Amino acid sequence: MNIIVCIKQVPDTANVKIDPQTNTLIREGVASIINPFDMYAIEEAIRTKEKLGGKITAVTMGPPQAEDALREAISMGVDDAVLVSDRAFAGSDTWATSYTLAHAIKKLEGFDIIFCGKQAADGDTAQVGPGISMHLDIPQVTYVKKIEEISPYQARVERMTEEGYEIIETPLPALFTVVKEINQPRIPSLKGKIRAKSAQIRVLRAQDLDADERFLGLNGSPTQVVKIFTPPAREGGVMLTGPVDEITDKIIAAIKDECKPKF
Amino acid sequence: MSYLFTEEQKMIRDLARQIADEKIRPVAAEYDEKEEFPWPILKVIAESDLAGIYIEEKYGGMGGGVTELCIATEEFSKACGGIAVSYAASALGSYPIILYGTEEQKKKYLPDIASGKKLAAFGLTEAGAGSDAGAVSTTAKKEGDYYVLNGVKQWITNGGEAETYTVIAMTDKTKGSRGASAFIVEKGTPGFEFGKKEKKLGIRSSATRELIFTNCKIPKENLLGKEGLGFIVAMKTFDKSRPGIGAQAVGIAQGALDYALRYAKERVQFGKPVSSFQGIQFMLADMGTKIEAARALVYYAAGLIDSGAKDISKLSAMSKLYASDVAMEVTTDAVQIFGGYGYMRDYPVEKYMRDAKITQIYEGTNQIQRGVIASELIKETLK
Repeated sequence: MNIIVCIKQVPDTANVKIDPQTNTLIREGVASIINPFDMYAIEEAIRTKEKLGGKITAVTMGPPQAEDALREAISMGVDDAVLVSDRAFAGSDTWATSYTLAHAIKKLEGFDIIFCGKQAADGDTAQVGPGISMHLDIPQVTYVKKIEEISPYQARVERMTEEGYEIIETPLPALFTVVKEINQPRIPSLKGKIRAKSAQIRVLRAQDLDADERFLGLNGSPTQVVKIFTPPAREGGVMLTGPVDEITDKIIAAIKDECKPKF
Repeated sequence: MSYLFTEEQKMIRDLARQIADEKIRPVAAEYDEKEEFPWPILKVIAESDLAGIYIEEKYGGMGGGVTELCIATEEFSKACGGIAVSYAASALGSYPIILYGTEEQKKKYLPDIASGKKLAAFGLTEAGAGSDAGAVSTTAKKEGDYYVLNGVKQWITNGGEAETYTVIAMTDKTKGSRGASAFIVEKGTPGFEFGKKEKKLGIRSSATRELIFTNCKIPKENLLGKEGLGFIVAMKTFDKSRPGIGAQAVGIAQGALDYALRYAKERVQFGKPVSSFQGIQFMLADMGTKIEAARALVYYAAGLIDSGAKDISKLSAMSKLYASDVAMEVTTDAVQIFGGYGYMRDYPVEKYMRDAKITQIYEGTNQIQRGVIASELIKETLK
């Protein structure tokens, strides 16, 4: 079994502050951590390996310092780690990111199962996992809360929904995004930490991927961020009192006034 | 403060701190209240490879020494002194085997202790033999290929929970302390039973029981060292283990200071946080200074022992004595800073004060430590 786990390094949002002038995160002095949801993906990858054997490769796309996240994954029990890093990837949206990651995964020794966290704590899109599965043309199950049965060829999993859960059977290879209900991530081991410190992290650059350059980075991203801002706080409403008929008239007048074409 | 720790020692510290913060702190009060043995936590510690950090690699450990043991013990103790001692007492029970075990004994017993699969415990104290360890009345009589043990050991940490016990018993009562010997006894040996779990002031999650030997037959291969070496085994074991109690005391003190600092900044009286009052500030300053001094002494003693130095009794005793007295003072002051809230069990600091007290008593009372220190000082003048 070749087990892949996709992780992302994010600012420790438990301690993050927003700059009131620019409305962006103040990143100085904020520690970077593995996206908390990805910790469950790492744990599930390790449990799957404990059950079926094989090798776990952690993959992350990011700047050189994202290597720290990969080393932490190794300290928990991941075997191998790949950093997908190149200036050409800068500014990638979720489409370009999943395109790039899918091409990186194709460069590995094969993939039977891919785990991702359900979403990243910074972007909160929950799109990259599903995107990777589409670029690889393999089935996906999102919000997995339990793997009921798994063999090297297929899996039956529970997918969390708002009302309860669905049971889904899928052939492998497949991609699963997992929710926090699935497990309790383990504490690293000392031997894992020692191994992580000296582990070789493979780096894949743009030229190492069989990817179309036009689909990489900012230029390959259909989404462009125009502006980031905090929506203005709601202003207080107007309290109307009086007989029902009068109030109704006032409301209708106000709506008409508000909806007048503004030109 | 990082004490020129090696990379690996820093990893141990970070890992132990993570376990303390994520796994121990959230349940410390509950274990204290229920007086329940912390097996789930010890399992996490074992899975993180910390159970055997002081055991040689060829016996499945991580090859560290007293320093490594102290680092982990201090970090665990910041969150709970009771859970920490369940961890550290296994080292106390293992040191006789590490120090005096034959190759066969080490191979047989150390790997399971190193992996955390089994706990160890040390049995010396008896109802009539506390500070006066020479008054041990448990006997071990040689009969053919066996020794037959009779007697009762009291207040044995990890008693009942551990699988491997190192026990001091008299093989020749006529020789006094030179007639004592050390043995390895396995849980489950016929004639080896446990008394009820004791109810204690502090470190309440740890297990403290009697070891009751009634015609308990153990193979003669379980003798550690030679007959008559029992007290040497015990004293050399304490030389190695006492900095660990010092580290436990430093951790308890630091944990209490951390809570006191946070509280002093939050608690508002007379319109200001109490941390702005000099009366509180001077207490905090003294607490922090004493802790650093104790920590320095503990890691100096641990480093000296790990360097292979011969004369370690004095510094080992000093580190335990000083750090445990500091722990009692600092935790008492932490309760004082919390005021009435500190006296309530809903707040964490009273537990630190209860947990601190034992560090002045076990592995030799602080009066015995002073005796050891004084006799070493006097011995040095005669050289």
